[in-house]
Amino acid sequence: MLEQVIFLVFGMISLALLLNLWRLLIGPSLPDRILALDTMFINSIALIILYGLLMGSPLYFEAALLIAMLGFVSTVAVCKFLLRGDIIE
Amino acid sequence: MQNWMEWAVAFFLLLGGSFVLIGSIGLSRMPDFFMRLHGPTKATTLGMGGILLGSIFYFSLQQNVSVHELLITIFLLITAPISAHMLIKTALHHQLKAIERTRGERELQQGQQEGSPDTNKAMPEANKKSGES
Repeated sequence: MLEQVIFLVFGMISLALLLNLWRLLIGPSLPDRILALDTMFINSIALIILYGLLMGSPLYFEAALLIAMLGFVSTVAVCKFLLRGDIIE
Repeated sequence: MQNWMEWAVAFFLLLGGSFVLIGSIGLSRMPDFFMRLHGPTKATTLGMGGILLGSIFYFSLQQNVSVHELLITIFLLITAPISAHMLIKTALHHQLKAIERTRGERELQQGQQEGSPDTNKAMPEANKKSGES
């Protein structure tokens, strides 16, 4: 039963990623696109964790943690650049 | 015992997946940016918490009790409000359009008047608008 549930959640998160991609493509302003990209980072963490659950290996959490840190730092860096014109003042 | 844990894992995974999907639907369907920010910063973070909780249950069932997935949950719960704050400051700085039902015109105008004077190219327009009104 768990396998079917995991595949169902895979489908839901893939649909969510497609909706984020749609917002990333049509987004009328730059903060919209940054927000869509940040959400895509978070959803890809969910995909990696589900894949690790399917494979039964706890090795994938390192990759998920790395992607979480990368997504946060890149979002804050781009926002800082748009806000102040410089990343590190 | 085994069956019960499997039901719990499936429940948490489905809960998390639904919240992630709802957050992304909100991101793609809401009318303006200030509403769009609500979906990913609240619903998606809660959905990630659900998925990671299911994963904690699953790996605690398989081997020893493992809680290092909790690290990702705590990290996401800490960083989501910070990135939302930075995004909303950027949106106020860029003077994004809000629909009429979005409240807080005063904050919008204050956000337009604040900001760094040296790098803000849109500042003269904002000053002109506030001077006219």
